[in-house]
Amino acid sequence: MRAYTPKDDVQAKAYYTDRYYVAPQVPKSEVETDEVFAADLAAIKARFEVKEAYIQVEQMVIFINPHDIYGVLELMRDELAYTQLSEMSAIDWLAKDNTFEIFYQMLSMTKRKRIRVKFFINNGEAVDSVEKLFRSADWSEREMFDMFGIEANNHPFMKRILMPYDWQGHPLLKSYPLEGDEFAAWYEVDKIYGKEAREAIGPEIRDTARVDRYDSERFARLGFEVPKGTKITGDEPRNSQEYQEEGGVFLIKKYTKEASTIVDDPQR
Amino acid sequence: MAQHKVNYTQDGGLPVALTSIDKIVNWGRSNSLWALTYGLACCGIEMMASGASRYDFDRYGTIFRASPRQSDLMIVAGTLTKKHAEFIKRLYDQMTEPRWVISMGSCANTGGMFNTYATVQGVDRIIPVDLYLPGCAPRPETLQYGVMLLQKKIRANKAGNAQKPKRLM
Ligand code: SF4
Repeated sequence: MRAYTPKDDVQAKAYYTDRYYVAPQVPKSEVETDEVFAADLAAIKARFEVKEAYIQVEQMVIFINPHDIYGVLELMRDELAYTQLSEMSAIDWLAKDNTFEIFYQMLSMTKRKRIRVKFFINNGEAVDSVEKLFRSADWSEREMFDMFGIEANNHPFMKRILMPYDWQGHPLLKSYPLEGDEFAAWYEVDKIYGKEAREAIGPEIRDTARVDRYDSERFARLGFEVPKGTKITGDEPRNSQEYQEEGGVFLIKKYTKEASTIVDDPQR
Repeated sequence: MAQHKVNYTQDGGLPVALTSIDKIVNWGRSNSLWALTYGLACCGIEMMASGASRYDFDRYGTIFRASPRQSDLMIVAGTLTKKHAEFIKRLYDQMTEPRWVISMGSCANTGGMFNTYATVQGVDRIIPVDLYLPGCAPRPETLQYGVMLLQKKIRANKAGNAQKPKRLM
């Protein structure tokens, strides 16, 4: 059993806390244990400052200075054969020390190795775009801007990619509520019908399991349907469930169960 | 004039049918519900299955069209995101009246499991809906049943000007 920590007001805090069990970290090993990585690290260290480096799950992780990122990736692409940027994004550490951690996941097809290049920036700072080196960074940096609000300098088209252009807020920040803030909750109503329609349309109903059988405005109880807006008392007559009207409609035959055939052979 | 003799009073021989305008208009409308393809997510797969040969929507006269100008029925099949909300409104407005909307699946009905900032919590916040189909995803049989109920609803209404255009606002 783990030690009990008081959980009062845990919902009131905007930021994630270690309310749940946090799994221990995967062990880190020295870079020297892998000679390919050791050579790569030496090549990077010769030109740039490397703050920390280790191997975790057979991948090397290095921490560099933010302003070196373009140079480091260029060196890795042109001289160390890490020709693919498979992924890049940010991690929100704002609650801890007001920083973002930016990571770039690099892949070398010839060496069959992966290196993760990381650095920290303060809240409000921008990163240097690596879009000129890797085309894949184009959309990744736009997504990072969209989701975290981190801009990339020298990016050719620094706009939101997933959310609409007129969206406010950056949804992947840990301070952003999952169900959206006030702007998000009314976004479609405000945009299509205008703010004055808010009252008529009403707030979002987030409880998907909520069914009010006495609400005949929005629900109809199957088999006991009443006209919209009728007050429900509970002794409504049962309506028959039929596809076709009794007596028939012009040119349409009424379906009868007796006249139908049941197909037993599914391969028919 | 045909030379041969036709007995018009025999079965099906009579070239004249007497009926009320309402009935014949509604008969036409309910049996040629051309649906706008509106597959937004996984429910769209079930909608496509309904249109394909096994479930065969054509026998109801429901034929999928790719243009709102040619369709009477919008089957909203899938998750409506907030980014897309304005387009569904625009497409709905482009459909000619009379028009009907089926909201297919939990996502279109209530937002479903996507209780998030990016999902519209039910298409009825944007456009008026005639029929809600429960399920995640509803089977093609449910959609067929829904279309049959809608046909019944159309036949129960008066044709012509008596049908008020539906407006959410
Ligand atoms: S209701 Fe279910 S199947 Fe349909 S779109 Fe939503 S998640 Fe997909």
